[in-house]
Amino acid sequence: MATPLRNPIVDTEPSEFVGTPIAAPARPVTAAHSTTPAGPVTLGAGTPAPRPSRSGMDLHLRQLSKRYTGVAALDGVDLHVEAGELVALLGPSGSGKTTLLRVIAGLLHPDAGQVLFGRDDATRLSLRERNVGFVFQHYALFKHMTVAENIAFGLRSRPRSRRPDKATIRRRVEELLGLIQLPGFGDRYPEQLSGGQKQRVALARALAIDPTVLLLDEPFGALDAKVRVELRRWLRQLHERTGQTTLFVTHDQEEALELADRIVVLREGRIEQVGTPDEIYSDPASAYVFDFIGRANVLEGEVRGGRFHLPGHARTFSADAVPEGAARLYARAHDVAPGEGDEGIAARVVAAHRLADRITLELHVQGQARPVELDFAATPGLTTPAPGSELRLVPLRYRVYSSAG
Amino acid sequence: MSDVRHRDDLQEPAWLRVALIALAVLVMLSLVVLPLLMVLGAAFAKGFGTWLESLTQPDAVSALKLTLFTVAIVLPVNAIFGTFMAWAVTRFEFRGKQLLLSLIDLPFAVSPVVAGLCLVLLFGSHGWFAELLREHDIKILFARPGIVLATLFITFPFVVRELIPLMQQQGADEELAARSLGASGWTMFRRVTLPNIKWGLLYGVLLCSARAMGEFGAVSVVSGHIRGLTNTLPLHIEILYNEFDSTGAFAAASLLAGLALITLILKFWLESRHGDALAKSHRRH
Repeated sequence: MATPLRNPIVDTEPSEFVGTPIAAPARPVTAAHSTTPAGPVTLGAGTPAPRPSRSGMDLHLRQLSKRYTGVAALDGVDLHVEAGELVALLGPSGSGKTTLLRVIAGLLHPDAGQVLFGRDDATRLSLRERNVGFVFQHYALFKHMTVAENIAFGLRSRPRSRRPDKATIRRRVEELLGLIQLPGFGDRYPEQLSGGQKQRVALARALAIDPTVLLLDEPFGALDAKVRVELRRWLRQLHERTGQTTLFVTHDQEEALELADRIVVLREGRIEQVGTPDEIYSDPASAYVFDFIGRANVLEGEVRGGRFHLPGHARTFSADAVPEGAARLYARAHDVAPGEGDEGIAARVVAAHRLADRITLELHVQGQARPVELDFAATPGLTTPAPGSELRLVPLRYRVYSSAG
Repeated sequence: MSDVRHRDDLQEPAWLRVALIALAVLVMLSLVVLPLLMVLGAAFAKGFGTWLESLTQPDAVSALKLTLFTVAIVLPVNAIFGTFMAWAVTRFEFRGKQLLLSLIDLPFAVSPVVAGLCLVLLFGSHGWFAELLREHDIKILFARPGIVLATLFITFPFVVRELIPLMQQQGADEELAARSLGASGWTMFRRVTLPNIKWGLLYGVLLCSARAMGEFGAVSVVSGHIRGLTNTLPLHIEILYNEFDSTGAFAAASLLAGLALITLILKFWLESRHGDALAKSHRRH
């Protein structure tokens, strides 16, 4: 944390989270989303706005386009997010993921296309009218307000006719503090909290208004690696409790794989692939996705007659439905195994890294510019190959993509 | 460890340190403190009674009143428009923004006398608006409106200059968060923006008031020096001084210096107490 804490609070997050399932709040917040309103939790009852169902609202994006000074940040994005889904928008910087999130929130207006919440067209609605819960990367908590005042802000800002009374607001704040596992923190100020605690307060503040959808902009981006992993597991559990339709932006494929129901991979303002984490990881639609979703070995070659040929090597590989011409074979390090006899591809060890339970080899394959990585479990009795020694490589699982695409 | 060694590396010989510090103190004493003491000495040279007498004569009282009147108008106007301006510049992208930013600095760059002459050119008897003013029987030059306008022009940048870096540094996220939570524009401003900038705003207003009280050049051009009517405190001092009434001049000067000292103390308190809430980037004054 950049600013020194005036009144430092010991960061107890690690122990607080490990293996702790979410403590059930006295009155579960999920009740607020149930179709049968349960007592005081249903805030703003009698408002014309439709009550979100238990699993929130679904979301349709139609042909969204947005240009910045001539460069397309979004280029015809179509997406349907089911009610209650947790979706990751994944891509490197400049892929349009943050722009997409901001267009959904109403922070940016698209040049073309539609945003629909349920069946209602929200494209023309302002940020204020959309009733989305937006969580910023750097929390954006109101510095001069206590945690409780931060959480209550949305409810207190409602027009008098829709504003719940003070006791109801206080109860709601207490519930949310329980939900984010910070009971008793209501009187503290944001500067007295750790990064992870701040982000949970920001989440509670967004949830307080019963948002149509929850939008998180790189929610873990400003946190330490350890806190980040704990917080995202916690967020997954929280999502399972609240069933809130949620979209979050990340450039971290690990985060997307672990947390999301579905991942949307973006590239230069277009959707490259949409799928479950399993689909995205094991069946990447393109070399771009393969490369982005995890470390990849790449072998350059060409496709002739439906087979992938490596220059200078006899062995060929199946490459169905890949156009003829220059192509690349992609394989993950753990999907490449050392071979026996003359099977596989000849390679020379450049460097060997012995880790506790694994051995990682850097290999040179004749005719290839880039080194190939091989990763295998260090079973007892196995010795680490010396640099300079020869071995054979067998790609167990791989995919061939045309170099043109 | 490395910190300590670093300091050692930078450490100059003792004699040089002492000499440099002594020089700095000497310069401050001779250029700032001594003249101030001289003013106070001259003001009270003929005793407290004379001092009080020169300050309570009608012309002095009216000059003080006019100065306070001007400050009372200039401060809220600058605070409000300064906030609007800083808001516009930091929260919106628009064509000509850089030009606008440079224009904000114009009052600092231009000599106050030139600023005064501009007003004469606009509102004088041969100025652009002369006819219009005559038709509606409005007097701007050689009257209070002229003095207020000249002071406004000179002091406009103080609030804006303090707020722009502060608001840039804080970013718009908190405001966007407030909007997304359903706050109206006014609620957002009152409950989020204003609390975040209040100390910076106060700091700007303080600098602005110091300058507004002391402004001489621009006001001198447009005032007309009508005793008891259009003389501000600085102009009053000059007139007394030119008439060889040095006791009266220094008495009024001591009053002005006293107001400046109060401003300085408030400024010091603000910086030590709420320095973290003020704009961190280059402070010009």
